[in-house]
Amino acid sequence: MSIKEAIRTLQGVLGRENVVTTPEDLLCYSFDATAGLPEYLPDLLVTPATTEQVGEIVKIAGQYKLPVYPRGAGTNLSGGTVPVQGGIVLSLLKMNKILDIDLDNLTATVQPGVVIQTLNSAVAPHGLIYPPDPGSLATATMGGSVAECAGGLRGLKYGVTRDYVMGLQVVLAGGEIVRFGGKTVKNVTAYDMVRLFTGSEGTLGIITEIILRLIPAPEVRETMLAAFGDLASAGRSITGIIRSKVIPATMEIMDRVTIETVEAHARIGLPTEAEAVLLVEVDGIPEVVRREAAAVREVITQNGGTVRSAAGVRERDQLWEARRAALPALARRRPTTILEDATVPRSKITEMLLAIQDIGRRYNLTIGTFGHAGDGNLHPTILTDSRDEEEMERVHRAVDEIFKAALAMGGTLTGEHGIGLAKARYLPWELGGQGVQVLQKIKKALDPEGLLNPGKMFPCGEGRQ
Amino acid sequence: MNRSYKLSDLEEEIARCMRCGFCQATCPYYLETGAESAVARGRIALAKFVLQGRIGYTPALAERFECLTCYACNVTCPCGVPIDRIFLAARAAMIRDGGVPAFKRLMATALKNQGLLDLGFKTAARARGLFFKPHSSGGLTPRFPLGLDLRRVIPPLSPRTFRDGMKEAATVPGAKGKVAFFTGCLINYVYPATGRAVVEILNKNGVSVLIPGEQHCCGAPLAINGVMDTAEQMARSHVDLFSGLNVDALVVACGTCGESFKKKYVDLLNGTPGYAKKARELAAKTYDIADFIWNVAPLDQRLLKEVALKATYHEPCHLGRGLGVTREPLEIIGAIPGLDFVPLQEPDRCCGNAGTFNLTHYDVSYNILKHKLADIAGTGAEVVVTGCSACRMQLEDGIAREGLGKKVLHTAELLALALK
Repeated sequence: MSIKEAIRTLQGVLGRENVVTTPEDLLCYSFDATAGLPEYLPDLLVTPATTEQVGEIVKIAGQYKLPVYPRGAGTNLSGGTVPVQGGIVLSLLKMNKILDIDLDNLTATVQPGVVIQTLNSAVAPHGLIYPPDPGSLATATMGGSVAECAGGLRGLKYGVTRDYVMGLQVVLAGGEIVRFGGKTVKNVTAYDMVRLFTGSEGTLGIITEIILRLIPAPEVRETMLAAFGDLASAGRSITGIIRSKVIPATMEIMDRVTIETVEAHARIGLPTEAEAVLLVEVDGIPEVVRREAAAVREVITQNGGTVRSAAGVRERDQLWEARRAALPALARRRPTTILEDATVPRSKITEMLLAIQDIGRRYNLTIGTFGHAGDGNLHPTILTDSRDEEEMERVHRAVDEIFKAALAMGGTLTGEHGIGLAKARYLPWELGGQGVQVLQKIKKALDPEGLLNPGKMFPCGEGRQ
Repeated sequence: MNRSYKLSDLEEEIARCMRCGFCQATCPYYLETGAESAVARGRIALAKFVLQGRIGYTPALAERFECLTCYACNVTCPCGVPIDRIFLAARAAMIRDGGVPAFKRLMATALKNQGLLDLGFKTAARARGLFFKPHSSGGLTPRFPLGLDLRRVIPPLSPRTFRDGMKEAATVPGAKGKVAFFTGCLINYVYPATGRAVVEILNKNGVSVLIPGEQHCCGAPLAINGVMDTAEQMARSHVDLFSGLNVDALVVACGTCGESFKKKYVDLLNGTPGYAKKARELAAKTYDIADFIWNVAPLDQRLLKEVALKATYHEPCHLGRGLGVTREPLEIIGAIPGLDFVPLQEPDRCCGNAGTFNLTHYDVSYNILKHKLADIAGTGAEVVVTGCSACRMQLEDGIAREGLGKKVLHTAELLALALK
């Protein structure tokens, strides 16, 4: 039962060109977009083109006891696709067809390799959108974003990936092909397996087809930039806007470190003297947008902020460009960028921002914080250098404290990046031992041999680096 | 800015890659293959592993570093990693330390030796019946695999090169300026009409043109493939040749050649005594023809006559992303009366030619071209205007093979038509 035999068997099923064993290629699958992790070399890469082939691969992997690591574009930020125990990386990029856009049911049926932006470009001519918009939407695949339950900038009003997944086809650990959910708005047939597999991070099954909900594109949008002299006023404005019964499509925050960095890089006239800026966008039909924008402006002014609306499309694009430039601009300052996504109830946003500032000071680290303030999902971004062991030690301790602070405020370890490899050891902090046991029972039931994305979500042994 | 092409000097630049994978969105090679080893993120990791001594130089590694050098990743990279420089440094390291395919060594010898290159092209032109058969499109297809794919349709080689057919000086009485024209290989051997058009439009705008006979290949095919020592020798000889001329500017009609003079020579000769300063001065007065005729010696637009054509424009990678000449060709086209311009959906997407890449990877190169051909077909244009003869060869190959019946013109040729 050698690996060579497994390779020969897989070549028989997939053809030689779809079983890659060249070390120079495999090395490129030893990591993903997650910073600060070691690299782990897989034994082989397979590139199936059909669900049936995925089923065959999983069966063969079971025979030879080889771990299987499903992978889309590898843009996740949790180490979710890193092959920690060697074995097989299963790339779903060849399954990249949009199978159906159903204008009566407002659904799209896609294969897992479809890129998020490709889907949005395909539905845009019909006046529809698929709202979840993670920063990686130009490259990330639908399979990966469902497996990780990706979020994005529009989460506050439009929700996250799980709110748009209506049905799934999944290959189970034994190679069986099953379907859950479908095109109906209502479906209470037994357990909600669609939600279980959404965000399961490749540990319970391999997603091979997805039915997605689409919604009509908003008619108009208005974008506003608000500047504040202190973090607390920004925090009060966030809760104040929601209290005034306005749910903006997005409500993004950038702290002083981020503002200064973005401005130095992009020079678009951000208020560098401010302690925080909020970028707020309301969208919908024109009358509602006018009324909601007025309410937003009033709340900001009441809290001592200054606010202006983007004058035209160009200025609006510039503001969003500034927000999107936040991470890359921060990343240019130091070689390694540790991006976290600890999330708190939005009423605790100010407290969390102050706690992060304090942690940065105590560990003598540069932390830029930006993120989706409206849904409490912050991105404290630690700028460091993974080659500096002493500094990395301080980074790890700071990250521990950020998680502790978020949990103490009734928050969660991860708002949108997932647990994966990077946060596995923190899982008991949030769920407790018994909570983790419930998860382990589910895992055991669906993947008794532990061959689907092992080493993720639950802390366990790692293989070769 | 780090001007080095040594991998070990680029460690900081390599460390700046945050592995976000955003380069996947625009890399034409990755978009065809979906392979992580075909996109910047994977290759930069390989470069890092090489520096760490985890992998050695192997033919497989050399292959992983071959790409279109289209700079799409450079522009997309949010961290501003100088990706093209890292790739060139990796290729250079592999040339030095072995593992280089024989084809590249042969090419290096031919391009370095102008006499051999000249003889090769001229022999091929005279003996073309022996080696090529006519294609229904008017082009030629190879009879034997001469390093060319047998399916390929290439333009008939000119039996008389551009430089052979021109005097070394095309002066105009009362000229307002004098420039030297670096023709590049493809204009000299394959598209002499482009060269004549460049001289014509400059002369008609009161600019005299010198075409030094001793010029040869700019060395870009070598530098891009990592043959740095030879590329440096070629840089020196061109710096010697053109710095000695009493001219206001050096004009090129090819983005790749332009980049050699404007960027590569400066980098390659940085720190070479007696050359560094001259290379910088020459770079400062090098212009692409579209840039020169629009901004430096502004075209007298009253001279433009009607050209009743429906045209579109393909932006060459090295002219647009490389030299930053993006606006000028469009403004020139827009200034021509009677011309109906329909833009491409993705004017700056690589056509797949990429010089020698097209010879070594014909299939993937052609698949990349198919996106461009579909875009062109969608415009309904009868003429594709572009500023690069290599792109033109690629477009003409695809247009002939697919039977699209479109004509490809260099921007200078279109302008010459309007000035007739």
